[in-house]
Amino acid sequence: MIRSSPNVDAPVPPLWHRLLRSREAGTGVGLLVLCLGLWIATPFFATVDNLLNVAEQSTIVGTLAIGMTFVILTGGIDLSVGSVVALAGVVLALVLRGGHGVPLAMLAAFAAGISAGAINGALVAFGRLPAFIATLGMMSVARGVALVLADGRPISGFPDALRALSTTRVGGVPVSVLIMLALFALAHFVLHYTMLGRSTYAIGGNEEASRLAGIPVARTKVIIYAIAGASAAATAVLLLARLNSAQPIAGIGYELDAIAAVVIGGTSLLGGAGSVTGTLIGALIMSVLRNGLNLLGVSSYVQQIAIGVVIVVAVLVDMALHKRSQTLTV
Amino acid sequence: MSAIPPLHAPPRLRMTGIRKAFPGVRALDGVDLEVLPGEVHVLLGENGAGKSTLMQILAGACPRDAGTLELDGRVVTIGSPRDARALRIAVIQQELQLVPELSVAENVLLGRLPHRLGVVDRAALTRHAASALAPLDPDIDVRQRAGALRLGAQQLVEIARALSTDAQLLVLDEPTSALTDRETTRLFAVLRTLTSRGVSVIYISHRLDEVFTIGDRVTVLRDGRSVATMPLADTDRRTLIRAMTDREVTETTPRRAAHSSALPAERLTVRGLCTHDVLHDVSLHVRAGEIVGVAGLLGAGRTEVARAIFGIDPIGAGTIAIDGRMLALRTPRDAIAAGLGFVTEDRKREGLLLDRSVQENIALPVLRSLSRWGVMRRAAERSLATGFITSLRVRTPTPRQPVRTLSGGNQQKVVLAKWLATGARVLLLDEPTRGVDVGAKEEMHALIRRLASEGVAILLLSSDLPELLALADRTYVMRDGRVVGELQGDAQSAEQVMALAVGA
Repeated sequence: MIRSSPNVDAPVPPLWHRLLRSREAGTGVGLLVLCLGLWIATPFFATVDNLLNVAEQSTIVGTLAIGMTFVILTGGIDLSVGSVVALAGVVLALVLRGGHGVPLAMLAAFAAGISAGAINGALVAFGRLPAFIATLGMMSVARGVALVLADGRPISGFPDALRALSTTRVGGVPVSVLIMLALFALAHFVLHYTMLGRSTYAIGGNEEASRLAGIPVARTKVIIYAIAGASAAATAVLLLARLNSAQPIAGIGYELDAIAAVVIGGTSLLGGAGSVTGTLIGALIMSVLRNGLNLLGVSSYVQQIAIGVVIVVAVLVDMALHKRSQTLTV
Repeated sequence: MSAIPPLHAPPRLRMTGIRKAFPGVRALDGVDLEVLPGEVHVLLGENGAGKSTLMQILAGACPRDAGTLELDGRVVTIGSPRDARALRIAVIQQELQLVPELSVAENVLLGRLPHRLGVVDRAALTRHAASALAPLDPDIDVRQRAGALRLGAQQLVEIARALSTDAQLLVLDEPTSALTDRETTRLFAVLRTLTSRGVSVIYISHRLDEVFTIGDRVTVLRDGRSVATMPLADTDRRTLIRAMTDREVTETTPRRAAHSSALPAERLTVRGLCTHDVLHDVSLHVRAGEIVGVAGLLGAGRTEVARAIFGIDPIGAGTIAIDGRMLALRTPRDAIAAGLGFVTEDRKREGLLLDRSVQENIALPVLRSLSRWGVMRRAAERSLATGFITSLRVRTPTPRQPVRTLSGGNQQKVVLAKWLATGARVLLLDEPTRGVDVGAKEEMHALIRRLASEGVAILLLSSDLPELLALADRTYVMRDGRVVGELQGDAQSAEQVMALAVGA
């Protein structure tokens, strides 16, 4: 179809143009429309305090969804992250209660999260299990280990250094929000500027071609699931700081919220297409929606309906836009 | 060839002034096409000339911007594949559309399964499917899984599916690219039976031999326009090629001069290669700068040789050495590190990330050397891609263009660029010109020669005999997983190769 001579020095289109055409455009517009609507509907929405509150509310799902984005980009899924949040939280709490400092406790929490993720990855990559099955197993195992370690009871009473993660503000912005944004920036960098990122998109786009091109597919998958485990551990730290208590039954259903954020953000469940920028917007949409419905006095039962509808509509819109962007690719 | 009915009968299909633009590209710029009842009408043109777009419009897969369509004198609109089917048009795509997990029979009758009260009538299913497939290949067991068939047989299943729809207008896009000569002969016989019953066939192929064998008339497309329509009996290859390319090309380039007596060392040496199911004691070698062909009927084990050498399929016995050094290859990764490159037969499934850019595809096997501490050096990546886009003349507006939007020949160049980027010393080329047009094929041949002259050892696996004879310095012939002969220099002839391949 393309008959033009190789014009390899063609100017990169202007930024706004690229923004409009990007996969995230539709989701971003959705978020703006939602905010605009709530701004008109209620005077309580567009206040600095409320918006910061919304941002803070998004940190848990947002942080968890970072790792989920990596996994879904490779065409996988991770159902275990909610349980791994609980496991990492319990490990963190136990090490703290054992009288060790926050750094060592965080190290232990991340080790737990990353191990669980790496086991998922190994089962998928070397055991050739479908990701759904491997992580469904881990969902139960990690939950069980958390319950055993905590003896089924919540653990509380932590040093101020940990609490500070949820109480400190920098220039008025909660530090947890800054941490989440930093993690998103890091993930964006990894996905778009590193070998690992290239391999992630390549495996999701065409696993066989990637393998034949010498991409270490199995190793990359283990790393990707370990990243999901690490992001669950980071989530556990933020959750513990906020609740001041580690619960072995924490994080139930979080995996589905994380998947929802990724999917609303325009990442394809088939893998190979999507971005963490979209995921951030997706997490914000869910947070804004919950907050707005609360402000409007909508019951939490009805909220569930609204969120379900949003997930489906977001994907429908994305598919329509994606079709457009396929014919527009230049 | 079938008799052409008197001219006053309305044509089966008349497309007039068809236009279609994609952003930045005018794919079709006023195409007229007239297909008579009972004729095989050949559509010729380079990749990118607009054949596929035109057929997508006919199949209802893509709306037209302007122009009219008439079937048997009636103006029709085809808005969806369902409309096309209702109008008794069947299009066999170049890309296989089978459901690999379903049986052959279920694939043949997909969407039209015989049933009683919603319960599939298995006996009728098997019977109908077998009778649809029998004229093409009676040996295919319709109860087996479609995905287990080799590519050629899958193609036949695809064709059988279209034939069994009782279509009045049949479109075949490169139907023989995966077929053996025998299967092609059978297919042609089936087509002749159909045309004698008044069915019209639009036949797209780059193989001029078969075009002259099966076609009644031909329409040539160039740059989105129909430039000529004529009876095939009144024309010759040279005229057609000129019409397609608007330039003279020598279709089959003479074989390269044989190597001088001072032979370079063996670069790739394979001894006694066996895989547990297909290959038996395969030994071959390729010297630096040599192009060595591997011929054989489909199923003879050509592709399997390359897969085993490249570390994809496990080896039961035998050794592989490069420059005399024995290799222990367990994965494609090892093979690449050892200096091997593999252009696979199925570029969409095994070669490309279709939704990623030209640049990312070329960089894929060399991510490590294009990165520092795991971070991609984007400028280096871009200049690598730009270099290959220029030197291989890949027609793409920018290195960031998704590969999916390129024509087949250009996609194939991207696959080749990938392996050149690794600095491969041995290239395994499996059907490197499958589904590319005459012009792109010539270009690809020139490229292969150029690579050989630069010292790359090339193992060329091809079912296209003229291609092998034109390029190869030596040719191995395979049959049933064994090397049954080696032909050198003037001993390489189509007759010799075929005699060995069929075991005559």
